[in-house]
Amino acid sequence: MSSPDRSWPLWEVFTQGKDGEPHQHAGSVHATDAEHALQNARDTYARRNEGVSLWVVPSAAITASTPEDMGPFFDPANDKAYRHPQFYKVPKGVKVF
Amino acid sequence: MSSLPLFSALLRLADDRLVLGHRTSEWCGHGPILEEDIALANLALDQIGQANHLLTYAATVEKASRDEDALAYFRDAIEYRNALLCELPNGDFGVTIVRQFLYGVYSVLQWDALSKSKDGTLAGIAAKSLKEARYHVRHAGEWVIRLGDGTDESHRRAQVAVDTLWPYTGELFMQPADEAELVADGITADVSLLELAWEVQVADVLRRATLTAPETAWMQRGGREGKHTEHLGHLLAEMQIVARSHPDAKW
Repeated sequence: MSSPDRSWPLWEVFTQGKDGEPHQHAGSVHATDAEHALQNARDTYARRNEGVSLWVVPSAAITASTPEDMGPFFDPANDKAYRHPQFYKVPKGVKVF
Repeated sequence: MSSLPLFSALLRLADDRLVLGHRTSEWCGHGPILEEDIALANLALDQIGQANHLLTYAATVEKASRDEDALAYFRDAIEYRNALLCELPNGDFGVTIVRQFLYGVYSVLQWDALSKSKDGTLAGIAAKSLKEARYHVRHAGEWVIRLGDGTDESHRRAQVAVDTLWPYTGELFMQPADEAELVADGITADVSLLELAWEVQVADVLRRATLTAPETAWMQRGGREGKHTEHLGHLLAEMQIVARSHPDAKW
């Protein structure tokens, strides 16, 4: 019989570099609960001035696509260049877009 | 040793952080999990950094042509002014965390008071350190609650830690006589005035952790006068060996 898994749950960590920027995945930490995860995330991923905000999410709460999904999910995009906006002319006067 | 009251006051502040910071750094590579190992190393760096600022300023005040490194590495135990609480061995993770918490609450109150100092340099060091100390209390306090209100084993160890460390907390609030003028001038803070707030904050976390403070009135003392436990000599031997073996080395 195998011994029960006694390691702490895994949490995914997202850091925000500056106000207004999106939170981006930084990595993961082990922690007993949300507050503990936030502290571990701070110590592991935000101790070198990396950000202004942190999110932690239980890894178990993430539903991910599988390698088998790769074909049906992503291949159909290959030959549909018209979904990119490069065929539009940018009107004169537009400097930032 | 200089008789300047401000120099002595800065040494008391610095030596607490330097010695406790060194103790905390002993966990590097030995933490219970990777995340906590990093967290403890962060705390140690904060504490040693605070000591660095304070000793640099102390060296300026002393005007005796020795710098912060000389103050850290070339004073013997009898010249150190840290509270005994800071030099005690780490013990298990419970003792380490409970000490970080008991000292951390004190440190926040002290930095908060010193951030209003009329001495601009000290007020600046205090304002920066206050942010760090607040995080230390949050980190340690959350752990105290989890250990105390955790398993039978973690509760037992956390309670032993509280009982072991408690008699060393009184020294933190003994106001040195040579600081009276500095306090009157608004340069330093009277630590005896911090005790009530400390008791309230510590009691709140201990209650949530289902831990109890021992009913002991007798308190250990001596560190502030240079009368240390045997542990400080061993700590300094390790901390000072490289600097003393290569006195003029630069790195």
